[in-house]
Amino acid sequence: MSNIRLTSILKLSLLSAVLAFTSNVFADPVKAAFVYIGPTGDHGWTFAHDQGAKYVKEHMGDDVVITTVESVAENSDSERTITSLARKNDIIFTTSFGYMNPTIKVAKRYPDVKFEHATGYMLADNVSVYSARFYEGRHIIGKLAGKMTKSNVIGYIASFPIPEVIRGINAAYLAAKSVNPDIQIKIVWVYTWYDPGKEADAANALIAQGADIIMQHTDSTAAMTVAEETEGVYAFGQASDMGEWGPTSQLTGIIDDWGPYYLARVQAVKDGTWTSTDTFDGIAEGMVEFAPMANMPKDLASWAERTINAIGNGYIHPFTGPINKQDGSPWLAEGETPPAYPDLLTMDFYVEGIDSKYPN
Amino acid sequence: MNESLLINIIIGISIASVPLIFAAIGELVVERSGVLNLGVEGMMIVGALLGFVVQFHTGSPFIAVLAALLGGMAIASIFAFLTQFLLTNQVATGLALTLFGLGFSAFVGRGYTEETIQLITSTHIPVLSDIPIVGPLLFSYNPLVYLAFFMVYLVWWFLFKTKQGLILRSIGDNHDAAHAIGHNVIRYRVMAILFGGAMAGIGGAFLSLVQVPIWGEDMTAGRGWIALGLVVFSSWQPFRVILGAIIFGGITILQLHAQGFDIRISAQYLSMLPYLATIIILVSLRMRAKNKTNRTMPNCLGRIFHSTT
Amino acid sequence: MIRLIPRIENSNAMILLSPLLALTFTVITAYFIFASILVDIEVSSVFYTLFVEPLTDSYYISELLVKAAPLMIIALGLSIGFRAGVWNIGAEGQFVIGGIAGSAVGLYFYDVEGFWIIPLMAIAGILGGMFYASIAAFLKTKYQVNEILVTLMLTYVAVLFLSAMLQGPLRNPSGFNFPESRIFHDSALLPIIWQGTRVHIGLIIAILFSFVIWFGIKRHMLGMQIKITGSAPRAAKFAGFDDNKTVWFSLLISGGLAGLAGLFEAAGPAGQLTPGLPQFYGFTAIIVAFLARLHPLGILFSASLIALTYVGGENVQIDYDLPSSITQILQGMLLFYFLACDILIKYKVVLFKTIR
Repeated sequence: MSNIRLTSILKLSLLSAVLAFTSNVFADPVKAAFVYIGPTGDHGWTFAHDQGAKYVKEHMGDDVVITTVESVAENSDSERTITSLARKNDIIFTTSFGYMNPTIKVAKRYPDVKFEHATGYMLADNVSVYSARFYEGRHIIGKLAGKMTKSNVIGYIASFPIPEVIRGINAAYLAAKSVNPDIQIKIVWVYTWYDPGKEADAANALIAQGADIIMQHTDSTAAMTVAEETEGVYAFGQASDMGEWGPTSQLTGIIDDWGPYYLARVQAVKDGTWTSTDTFDGIAEGMVEFAPMANMPKDLASWAERTINAIGNGYIHPFTGPINKQDGSPWLAEGETPPAYPDLLTMDFYVEGIDSKYPN
Repeated sequence: MNESLLINIIIGISIASVPLIFAAIGELVVERSGVLNLGVEGMMIVGALLGFVVQFHTGSPFIAVLAALLGGMAIASIFAFLTQFLLTNQVATGLALTLFGLGFSAFVGRGYTEETIQLITSTHIPVLSDIPIVGPLLFSYNPLVYLAFFMVYLVWWFLFKTKQGLILRSIGDNHDAAHAIGHNVIRYRVMAILFGGAMAGIGGAFLSLVQVPIWGEDMTAGRGWIALGLVVFSSWQPFRVILGAIIFGGITILQLHAQGFDIRISAQYLSMLPYLATIIILVSLRMRAKNKTNRTMPNCLGRIFHSTT
Repeated sequence: MIRLIPRIENSNAMILLSPLLALTFTVITAYFIFASILVDIEVSSVFYTLFVEPLTDSYYISELLVKAAPLMIIALGLSIGFRAGVWNIGAEGQFVIGGIAGSAVGLYFYDVEGFWIIPLMAIAGILGGMFYASIAAFLKTKYQVNEILVTLMLTYVAVLFLSAMLQGPLRNPSGFNFPESRIFHDSALLPIIWQGTRVHIGLIIAILFSFVIWFGIKRHMLGMQIKITGSAPRAAKFAGFDDNKTVWFSLLISGGLAGLAGLFEAAGPAGQLTPGLPQFYGFTAIIVAFLARLHPLGILFSASLIALTYVGGENVQIDYDLPSSITQILQGMLLFYFLACDILIKYKVVLFKTIR
């Protein structure tokens, strides 16, 4: 081989290597999509997810292209929406339980696309599930409620009797009871995630029945506005800081901080390190956060902050025995804490002390 | 049950019944003239949207309610034009109106889902509002509530105490005869339809201006359809509309309260009650009417009027 | 001044032209409405995504057929009643009850395999829908209670009943207590006729029914009965046609078909019974029926057109961040114009010069 040809081959190889290297650096952006069950204007659940999506965009800039679809109904049509997204995206986040079966079905047909299903339980090679230990947040607001209430009645607007909601009710009640033995909780089931009119009606009914603290597991700011209009009634923001709707009535709010998790997952897709995982994070990992403490005495606010830290450091677990079930049968022994599965993830009972009949 | 809770419940029921009263009293007039307008839901949601948007931009509840009223009339006019001048099928046209209204309001409202407005607050009448018990119960509502009850009275007075009301009712019972006498069937019907649209519009606005200061697609949640049921439930008698609206609004509210009291019936079965009650009442009305020859439903309801001139 | 002059006989040209005219008017009006409100979006590309793009992609064509099938089935049933003046507005409720009944059968046999399970589920679905509609039929024939109201009220009851069933007896025992049924096992899932898509046997059944009904109305005495009862009730009575029989027949068949469609939805695209079963197919089918002028074969086309707007509308939602409810504007407008243009069949539009 002549010298010239050898040099050419070497140059060509070097060029190719450089191109291969730089093409990785200037690779196509990751395409991430988010499927929402409600409008981002709910300032609750969907808003929080959207904040997470925005967080990803902020941190990855041009390396990511984000598509969001709002108000996707939880029926067989969602499969089409998810499929449409799967054709053009690398990772899809389906942010409500009801998308579970459609997500699994589409994941089977698109094995190279990654799926992240919120609050579900079905996994696959390309499907992860993720949820947050919201009940840690309920513990804090439960304690605040117990201390701030004057009527000793908490009003709870509940959506559907699923484990996540039951966990929240139980955690809030136990926490309130631990600082206020006279506390009573009244629960109203509205069978919807988002219906401002109904949520407002439920809030009014609870207030009429004596509640001066309102908690909700629904997605809109309606209950907060009702609390704001009513003298002496306080409420907590759900999934987001609802202080704008309750400047004098929001004590704090449980904030679902999905941003860091979303960023990590999208980045993993970009780096090629994504694997199917089952995430159940809480205060310690920064997934559950709180709106600023407000409308309460300063020492109570600092006490709440310290309690939050205690949970984060593992000193407090919202479900620590002795706890019995509503029918009196024992659940947790002294000092015992429950495993996530099955106790927490399939929770289908009230704890002792809650007067309401368990739905069905 | 303590008395302030009772008062609270009664106030809650009254407020829940208002949108239904507006929509139903409007549709009552329409049906009395012999027209069946299934588009009530569409007119209500347009009213809810316009009320919200106008309130958001102007901060004036009065203009907002007016806008809702005019908006309801505007889309009702489409229905009027189609059914009275182009002689289209009323059932289909009404459904199209509902679809169009729902879609149009969601479309225009898409930019407003994150906004919030000032609610119309209750009035405070000096002295009267402060009377214990009776005060909050009767004298502390916001103006629209009083307007609703007033409209019911107005409609009753119009239908049964004025000449035009009599003519309208005769048109509803026998449009050919009325036409033969020389009455302008089309004009009365168009007026009735526009009135129905205006009322539905205000009823919708009540939801977005009084109940919750938020706009959401489908926030009427089927109230338009319920209003249609109320009209029949009331046997086309104005004052009975109030009764029906209170039962409907009431059961919704009571069902929430019942849960608070831990009454052991599942929420879903409790929620079925208003609808089942409507059917039962319809049947019982018919059973009583079976013995009489005159029926309470306007005879020409839904039938197309063919002018022969 | 514009006057409507009745034609001597219906204009055949208009029968074919008026739907096209209606579609044209709809597109033009929608264009203006969208253009004035969507200031930052190119309206023509929105329309392309809505009306044309789905037809260029086999996946979306398949999804169009998936959505069209239940609409066809329900509309076929409704059209029979509408011809006779029996207004079943509560097909949605019959759809739900049929879906529950059929699903319950499938779930009962969840650990049994067999080709007979699906037909059994279908029969259960039909019977469920029929039973539910029969309530309205009974009340109408015995007490002359208006069927519009009864069927409508019963729709709400049906949806609440679905929720109660999913909380209770039909809930998946190993489903973490979520209000959903088990996922149907293979014997309870509808056979797919277009491999790789969700198009199932329901489409074939719909097309079959369409021809059967068309034939039935043309030839069979009952069809004649229904036509005459609808357009001239007194003449019908005089001829001895039984009004009550017509009411029962209409409601039972529309209820049965709606119930079948409900089962097809649960055992087909959904694959389980969930609270998301009611999707307003029962109401949309009314539009479909009218757009087809109640003609069984026409229903196949109008259902496809409406299905197109749904599928296209969803894509518009994804691509342009518009609410999916824009499809309702189009559907509403299409129906408005269609009804309006229909007048041209019976009447001529004439301009009168006023004589001074």
